Amino acid sequence: MAQSLAKEFTKGLWAEVPPFRLVLGLCPVLAVTTKVENGLGMGLATTFVLVFSNLLVSLLRNVIPSKVRIACYIVIIATFVTIVELGMQAFTYELFLKLGIFIPLIVVNCVVLGRAEAFASKNTPILSVADGLGIGIGFTLSLGALAAVRELLGAGTITIWNGATIFEMGASFQPFAFMVQAPGAFVALGLMLAGMNLIGSK
Amino acid sequence: MREMISMIVVLTVLTAVSGGLLAAVQSGTKERIEIQILNIVQKPAIEEIFPDVTNDPIAERFPIETEEMTLKIFPAKLSDGGNAIAFETKGKGGYGGDVGFMVGINLENDQIIAARVTTHAETPGFGARAKDDPEFVSQFESKPINDNMSLKSAGGSIDAMSGATVTSTALALAATQAQTLYKQLKPEILKEIK
Repeated sequence: MAQSLAKEFTKGLWAEVPPFRLVLGLCPVLAVTTKVENGLGMGLATTFVLVFSNLLVSLLRNVIPSKVRIACYIVIIATFVTIVELGMQAFTYELFLKLGIFIPLIVVNCVVLGRAEAFASKNTPILSVADGLGIGIGFTLSLGALAAVRELLGAGTITIWNGATIFEMGASFQPFAFMVQAPGAFVALGLMLAGMNLIGSK
Repeated sequence: MREMISMIVVLTVLTAVSGGLLAAVQSGTKERIEIQILNIVQKPAIEEIFPDVTNDPIAERFPIETEEMTLKIFPAKLSDGGNAIAFETKGKGGYGGDVGFMVGINLENDQIIAARVTTHAETPGFGARAKDDPEFVSQFESKPINDNMSLKSAGGSIDAMSGATVTSTALALAATQAQTLYKQLKPEILKEIK
């Protein structure tokens, strides 16, 4: 039991890390990773939704009729997304302003629905929570890593939380503004995918 | 038949419970969200509308009841000694819901001093330019409050933003609403300020 729990948790960190291995949920990955703080905030919001929607879907897996399961999953996911949205407005309004429309869009993030359908609907609540937590943390770290590459090259800084910069390039650094614009997201994601495949293929 | 009933029951119960939960969370966070909006969105907008005032419009705000809602009025003492107020209206029908519109009006000559967009969920690069780029809202500056505030395409005096007609329409609506409210509430506001 403990072994499979650890397995379900750790698979989200490398073997099935959502944006790179499953290549799922790319909309927020591409859109909000202009700054590390935005990427991490988005990742944490998604993790919260993943854990609780997985838990509920798993608890209700024997009650939900299979013909209306997707509708039920969407209701559960949308409820938690709205809770996250209200919570962000109440406690971290600045972050909410930056992420804006991408928070409600977590409802249609296929990572969340994918885990509900592929995992939580077939497994016990404890395993589902481990799965949600693992995938969520993997998602957060991927967003953070991609954002770090983009922000470092595009703006020459790394901003962790609420404008707190932990790293700044020297004054002679010329920001590569392309990286923080939309096309830069595709290039950075492509290069990171290629890098991960290279490591994985050995 | 049994399957159908179970589908209906499960969906109904699930949506009812979710709705109840959300209502509870919403009412629990409402006050905090209002404070956050006041400090992070409305305060900077008011500071931009009234760059030099001799009082604190945020601290001296007072509510006025209208038929539909409670309106927060932010009174300002201008540097020339005159009185002005700012308040926010919501333009219905933006791309991402209501668009907040803060307008500052000089009580002495009934002219708009300046206007700013506050809360919105418009598309970045399109509708969101209304807030990021002051060009659109600068059209309201020094306009007499009696002017027709609808878009030029609707016979008014405001140029729409290209590529953001929906947002422009919502803001023009908010401006017209502000106009109506101001005319209706001015006597009451003057009583409060004097």
